[in-house]
Amino acid sequence: MNRLLLNKFILILSTLSALVGLGFLFWILITLSYKGISSLHFTTFTKDLVEGGIRNLLVGQFTMALMASTIAIPIGMMAGIYLREYSSNGKLASIIRNLSDVMMSAPSIVIGVFVFAILVDPFRGYNGWAGIVALAIMMIPIIISTTDNMLSLVPKELREAGIALGGSKHKIILQIILKAAKVGITTGVLLSFARIIGETAPLLFTSANNQFFTMDLTEQFPSLTVSIYNLATYPDEASRELAWAASFVLTAIVLCINLLGRYIIRTKK
Amino acid sequence: MGARLFKNFSFFSATLSFFILIGVFSVLFSYAQEALHEFGFDFLYNEVWEADEDDEGGIFGGYVPIIGTLLSTLIAMLIATPLAMGIAIFLTEIATEKMIQPVSVAIELLAAIPSIIYGMWGLFYFAPIVQLTVGGNGVGLLTAGIVLAIMIIPFMAAITRDAMNTTPPVLKESAYSMGATKFEVIKDIVMPYAKGGIIGSIILALGRALGETMAVAFLIGSVMSIPSKITDPTTSIPVLLANNFAEAQDLEMSSMYYLALILFIVSFAIISLAKFYFFRKSII
Repeated sequence: MNRLLLNKFILILSTLSALVGLGFLFWILITLSYKGISSLHFTTFTKDLVEGGIRNLLVGQFTMALMASTIAIPIGMMAGIYLREYSSNGKLASIIRNLSDVMMSAPSIVIGVFVFAILVDPFRGYNGWAGIVALAIMMIPIIISTTDNMLSLVPKELREAGIALGGSKHKIILQIILKAAKVGITTGVLLSFARIIGETAPLLFTSANNQFFTMDLTEQFPSLTVSIYNLATYPDEASRELAWAASFVLTAIVLCINLLGRYIIRTKK
Repeated sequence: MGARLFKNFSFFSATLSFFILIGVFSVLFSYAQEALHEFGFDFLYNEVWEADEDDEGGIFGGYVPIIGTLLSTLIAMLIATPLAMGIAIFLTEIATEKMIQPVSVAIELLAAIPSIIYGMWGLFYFAPIVQLTVGGNGVGLLTAGIVLAIMIIPFMAAITRDAMNTTPPVLKESAYSMGATKFEVIKDIVMPYAKGGIIGSIILALGRALGETMAVAFLIGSVMSIPSKITDPTTSIPVLLANNFAEAQDLEMSSMYYLALILFIVSFAIISLAKFYFFRKSII
């Protein structure tokens, strides 16, 4: 009888831990929605930080994340293509895969310190480009790993069919293999975008923050996440409310992009 | 022409991550030179972090942030590991077909929430609860450790679940046919089979907890002192960097680079360990 009892006990504990996980998710989402929605006003989206709104912060955060993506997506995808199509089982490919995984797990604050040293310190000032480079460095390894994995799922017969048609290697890759892996790569890109748009640590001392609206990437650049960190530590109620509103908007954006990515891969496959 | 360009660009992209890695290491190492010369390895044991009045020199030791990082990570791992294992067991062995999908998505969403949100939420909702039940100021090692645990649980659970899912059903079925209970199947069949992936997930989560900045920055208290109780405030390497790096000068700045270098090397070592020893089959 003892082992049946032990069995029940462990199964109940496992179920409880799943409930604890779900409980925290709902606890965080509910408090965030409650605090965030009650602090949100229409003017929150039309004013800049200096007047108590988040317009410039949203534009700044998206600008940096999108610019980082335009750097990281082609580089990451081409690297993934090299690993899978040109050097699949080579020694170089395995070294690069491992190094890329190391970079994927490198602490984001260290990336910030590195970019500070190469792009902020020499130019004597925070600038938007430094933030973009920091985010791109974080994004590239994620795109590499996604592309690599998704290309590995493309059946060998497709490649052989391409070769039989007399296509050159890069034509086969561009016109057959990438098309077959399109859905998976799109999902991976969306998930990695959702990840970098919520990053704070790599931006703290690269692009820093700006209270005013700007599109000039050579000066300090407005950031939603960095503003949340600053606002939350101010003692006055108005700043805290704005921090909650900004947190709610950020989380909503991140979770929506995330769900969109998951939805695409589920419906198309 | 196009073919060669395409291949060269893809080769260049692939080697780029190698150069970034080398770049990070050499930049941190060269900027840390001043502190490395001045303090050497004593840096690791020295508790004092004090700039001179004229801001030009001082004595800087990394002991407090190093201990703070290790202790908050230890607390997080002690809480997260059993819970993550429980969730993985629930998802692979207990949940019905209909439950698996929504619970998995929920756990993965928990992993997608930006760390700064965990920090905000922890500071305003979780820290007061810790203060009421355990004592202290609310912010401190324990609060930081618990919220850190909540952050790494979904990550650990997802990899462990994938590892457990690779167990061939035939193995499990033969154990069941011998009269084994579910727990016995998990303990004697699934766990040994997925051992590599499970230990790998724990090590990867450890690496993530060591380097986590924003959630801990809100919650650890950012005080340069060794905690004597579990509720005491202290600081960690990422938090010290986040709060003081930009204002630091000369030798203090160099000491910050030294700390960043330590963090980078440790996380490099941890990830390599996880990869080379435990992920023989690539799971992530």
